[in-house]
Amino acid sequence: MNPVEIKNRKEFTITCPIPVRDYPHVLLAHGGGGKLMHQLIEKMFKAAFESSELHKGRDAAVLQLGQGKTAFTSDSYVVRPLFFPGGDIGTLAVNGTVNDLAMAGARPKYISVSFILEEGLAMEALWRVVRSIRRAALEAEVEIVTGDTKVVDRGKGDGMYINTAGIGEITHAQDIAPQNIQTGDAILLNGDLARHGMAVMAVREGLEFESAIESDCAPLADLVGALLSAGVEIHCLRDLTRGGLASALNEIASGAQREISIDEALIPVREDVASACELLGLDPLYVANEGRFIAIVPRRDQEKALTIMRKHPLGQGACLIGTVGNRGSALVTLKSRIGAGRILDMLSGEQLPRIC
Amino acid sequence: MKYLSEYRDPQLARRLAREIRRITTKPHVLMEVCGGQTHAIVKFGIDELLPQTIELVHGPGCPVCVTPLELIDKAVEIASKENVIFCSFGDMLRVPGSHKDLFSVKAQGGDIRIVYSPLDALRLAGENPRKEIVFFAVGFETTAPANAMAVYQAKQRDVPNFSILVSHVLVPPAMEAILSSPHNRVQGFLAAGHVCTVMGYTEYAPIARKYNVPIVVTGFEPLDILQGIYMCVKQLEEGRAQVENQYARAVRRKGNEHAQEIIKKVFCIVHRKWRGVGEIPQSGLGLREEYREFDAEKRFGVTLCTAEESPECISGLILQGIKKPPECSAFGRTCTPERPLGATMVSSEGACAAYYRYRNHQVQQELPAHESR
Repeated sequence: MNPVEIKNRKEFTITCPIPVRDYPHVLLAHGGGGKLMHQLIEKMFKAAFESSELHKGRDAAVLQLGQGKTAFTSDSYVVRPLFFPGGDIGTLAVNGTVNDLAMAGARPKYISVSFILEEGLAMEALWRVVRSIRRAALEAEVEIVTGDTKVVDRGKGDGMYINTAGIGEITHAQDIAPQNIQTGDAILLNGDLARHGMAVMAVREGLEFESAIESDCAPLADLVGALLSAGVEIHCLRDLTRGGLASALNEIASGAQREISIDEALIPVREDVASACELLGLDPLYVANEGRFIAIVPRRDQEKALTIMRKHPLGQGACLIGTVGNRGSALVTLKSRIGAGRILDMLSGEQLPRIC
Repeated sequence: MKYLSEYRDPQLARRLAREIRRITTKPHVLMEVCGGQTHAIVKFGIDELLPQTIELVHGPGCPVCVTPLELIDKAVEIASKENVIFCSFGDMLRVPGSHKDLFSVKAQGGDIRIVYSPLDALRLAGENPRKEIVFFAVGFETTAPANAMAVYQAKQRDVPNFSILVSHVLVPPAMEAILSSPHNRVQGFLAAGHVCTVMGYTEYAPIARKYNVPIVVTGFEPLDILQGIYMCVKQLEEGRAQVENQYARAVRRKGNEHAQEIIKKVFCIVHRKWRGVGEIPQSGLGLREEYREFDAEKRFGVTLCTAEESPECISGLILQGIKKPPECSAFGRTCTPERPLGATMVSSEGACAAYYRYRNHQVQQELPAHESR
């Protein structure tokens, strides 16, 4: 690149946008799905990588390639332990990327799988994960077309990290993004919350509950495809991964600059999951899911959408949990179980188990 | 859910709220002692169901909030040492010390682990014989028995590489400190249910008598709290000042005597500084002489430490029920959960954090910057 081109580019500040005074080091909370992570994305990444698509804040970018539109996304998986009830890092790596594509309204087609392996990892463990990836890809109807393998020194990785990227085809004309939600829209959820996060936590922390909680990890593209092909108008979709329902709603409210109201009594949480959350002082609304999403649709399409969702194996517990309000400010409010109202904020970092 | 959803029943909650309104003829100021109760009140919006004449002020019962700044600094110092595995309950990690919090120490290479029980830390000591394992023993009477048990077992098994950094505090002396303050506004208490599960409630009778205040041992679910308020208001309206037990499904009059025994065996009563409040005589627990070998402060020689609080922060007044979070000029402006000035903004049980997390739209609406969004 010649120097003239560099000069003509828009000025980019060379000072770090995250004040070093506040955070001289990266904290775990910078990846926790809460406010600190969003600060990093908004102030550092989005500012540095100027892209109008990046600014839309979708789970996957929607790109014009030739005649058609294509969705593109990437995600890294660093879950510990590698195996947990209901799945493993392999199923997660496929479904996570498949779901990010699905949330852009795309039909996932091709994915890449890159492994970062730690020296000394049991070959049997790797083979088990590879078989899981194969199974998950078959189930989600995606083809693994490229990949990469790196090995790092013993002690420099948690056994295995996986990165997947994926592309999907968009065959409808709808624009699905937070900015498109409207006053009065219905917020639909496809089932009970918090199973994935509690399943992983129980294994990681060696907590023994009476029954094993299994992750809800599942590919959502087929269910989203069913909604789209039935002609349901969809304003926004979001899967409820890190940071859970509360963070997803806050991201949407902030992207759309609109108020969102939900009713706690309408949100399903399985009894054993709720008990585990209570024991640890965690709020299920902030716990991660890997097979749950919200669809924000116009009120007139609410019943149609719910009927379609409930017919699908991954949407049997689908329900209405709230609506988009008419206030033009980014705010999520919750009607508590006893009927009083409060704000549902995004957390700073990860939820921490309480002392007592 | 059994033992949970029935205590969150909206119809029963409204009926209790109606009963409270029916019996209330004059203004009353009640304090819920425990941070867990504050959290539930704000999370469920229990105060919104009450008549305006009943004011709830939030007490000092948040272990994270009252742990003195110096002790956080000591924890940071010990946790930064080579060869130390520092174990703590999760929510202590985000509390800011004078310069940094434990999360930052972790980011810089400190071996800091979240544990769910001090006995997990003791197990780590066995598994890592070449490392020093330090457990951050904070909390009220609720966490004291398990912490005492860990030290007791360490001595029995002769575990040389285990110690605790102790800052235990006791509820009754704090209640007395609040009641004897010239600024006191509290007319009745909801005592902390979990603390009483361990300690029982015999020690509250002299306080109720001396200061003529009703004290109702109260649980943590919305219906528990509403019933506790009802019982407290009823006493105030009838001119009584007795100790009553709303949380009878968990609390016995004498508490858990085995737990008390192990506390007494390992700990003795000491003067203790409370963050934001100052020193309260005879208000804490420290290791007895025969267990002093397990005192991390002594082992690591970090006994001399003074630390300055932010002058803007009014958490002391909040912990004593004299002021409420929105009355602080820093609240939601220069003090937020991402950049807390004081501990009441850090812990989810802290009154400021609870108000910020569940009520911050009230502040946002007052701020011109947010109105323009």
